[in-house]
Amino acid sequence: MTDILAVRDLEKTFGSLVAARDITVSVPAQQTVGVIGANGAGKTTFINMITGHLTPSKGAILFEGKDITGKPSREITKLGISRSFQVAQIFPSLTVFENMCIAAAIASGDGGVIGNIATPVKSAAATAEAEATIDLFQIARYRHVAANVLPQGVRKLLDIGMAVVGGPRLLLLDEPTSGISIEEKFDLMNVVMSALKARRITVLFVEHDMEIVAQFADRVLAFYDGTVIADGSAHETLDNPKVQELISGVRLKPKPGEEAARA
Amino acid sequence: MQKSFSIAPAQIFGAIMFVAAAAAGPLLPDWIVSLTTIAFANALVVLGLVVLWRAGLVSFGQALYYCIGAYVVALSARWTGFTDAIALVLIGGIAAGFVAFLIGFLLARYREIFFAMLSLALSMILYGVLVKTESLGSTDGFSVETPTFFGYAPHGEMLGRSLYWLTLAIDAAAAVFIAWYFRSVAGSLAAPIRDNEIRVEFLGVSVTRIIHTKVVIAGVLGGLGGALAAMSVGHVDPNMAYWTTSGGFVFVTVLAGSGYVAAAFVGSLVFEAVRSFAYAFMPQFWQLTLGTVLLLTILFLPDGIGSLVSRLKRRQQAPEAGL
Repeated sequence: MTDILAVRDLEKTFGSLVAARDITVSVPAQQTVGVIGANGAGKTTFINMITGHLTPSKGAILFEGKDITGKPSREITKLGISRSFQVAQIFPSLTVFENMCIAAAIASGDGGVIGNIATPVKSAAATAEAEATIDLFQIARYRHVAANVLPQGVRKLLDIGMAVVGGPRLLLLDEPTSGISIEEKFDLMNVVMSALKARRITVLFVEHDMEIVAQFADRVLAFYDGTVIADGSAHETLDNPKVQELISGVRLKPKPGEEAARA
Repeated sequence: MQKSFSIAPAQIFGAIMFVAAAAAGPLLPDWIVSLTTIAFANALVVLGLVVLWRAGLVSFGQALYYCIGAYVVALSARWTGFTDAIALVLIGGIAAGFVAFLIGFLLARYREIFFAMLSLALSMILYGVLVKTESLGSTDGFSVETPTFFGYAPHGEMLGRSLYWLTLAIDAAAAVFIAWYFRSVAGSLAAPIRDNEIRVEFLGVSVTRIIHTKVVIAGVLGGLGGALAAMSVGHVDPNMAYWTTSGGFVFVTVLAGSGYVAAAFVGSLVFEAVRSFAYAFMPQFWQLTLGTVLLLTILFLPDGIGSLVSRLKRRQQAPEAGL
């Protein structure tokens, strides 16, 4: 099976500042990859290059064997790469259902000017997909609540749900648990990850909480100074002495054994 | 989901109103026919403003398209002797739409006050050019040839009635199209664009292109309205592009609200009626009357006349919600 995402020698410079360099990573389908690193280590630059928000200065990005380097973000979305945001990006004046419906309707259309006018937003297919996704993310009780009054956790779920609704094959989550209290983080990630597993979506998620990373990632990429300094199973990367030295917070992580004992 | 059911009665109601208005044509006195024709021609411009308004955009220069539609009709008849009303209205709409398409490349990149001011500036350029063009009558403008309908050339009363029916037909077509548009993906993206453009882009839609489309739709509607008004009044002048004309359309949009397609027509009719009566009974103070009406609307109906319907609906639903 070919890798769903293959990145080769990726580099991004802003003038003399090197934001990312020598990134070479391959991700097989349906893997859940955690991305860790301090602020400014190049994690978001990496994600922004994959989603087409930034054009790489050098290197290539292949999605399902197809070169998508430097393609505009809208085109990349249509190809099957979706993303969520550190700060939930939703439509505050619409209800949860309307938010999801819009996302579903856009995903079902061809994105053209005429297509968007010719397609009703509440088509049977789009409505069904919106309902299914709302159920999948367990926010059905908020269906008719306006998004501007939603609790933070539900906003996050809606945001990720709207990214999933079009049936992407690759999803990039930028700090899915940021702004969520420690007690709620694991519940949120459980809902998100089981939903993504159910849809068989490959996931790359940026995360600062090492407990979350250890629990949910099959594999962890550690970023430092614009490049990947460690790449392996969650265990390997988090136990890597170099990672522990360079990325704060990693060393404080309880060992998997301790965690099991505590639970 | 309940919404999709409640749309049907609104459409039936709209259809009945249009048929009733058309049937009443021969019975109505002349002054009501001409007042209604102008009101319903202007309602098209207002409908275009509603399309923009929903996405949080206000154009203070919609008179640009109104004037283009009017002058294209007047000039086609004058230069080529072509006077078929239906074709002229369509040509007026297409010409204004084409200008909107060109301007849209620029306008679609702006929002809020910049969008409003830029559209105002563009309409004032046309005003300036027309005022300086003596061959087109400068500030006096010139008169429009009497329109014909597939070779039929009505006069006097029948001309007014024919234009009234033509206006109703164009309005009905526009209402059906815009109602469809509001329920389409592109139309439904108005509130999302107002709320969060970043998300819309990441869902895979170009916000600029959606707004460009809205500018063109509003432009076509403006042109159709101007063309109908030109034929109905029988005269065009540069004032049709002046900012007070644009302001009048924005006034009616505030009065009507953006909730319902029908509100544009009702709002325009109310505005035209208030203006006519105020002008007839208080020639010195008619602007004061209009201002008072606008003030009361903003105070008591901040979402316009259309919000009366949604209030009524909410009141009907409230007891159910209580159970």
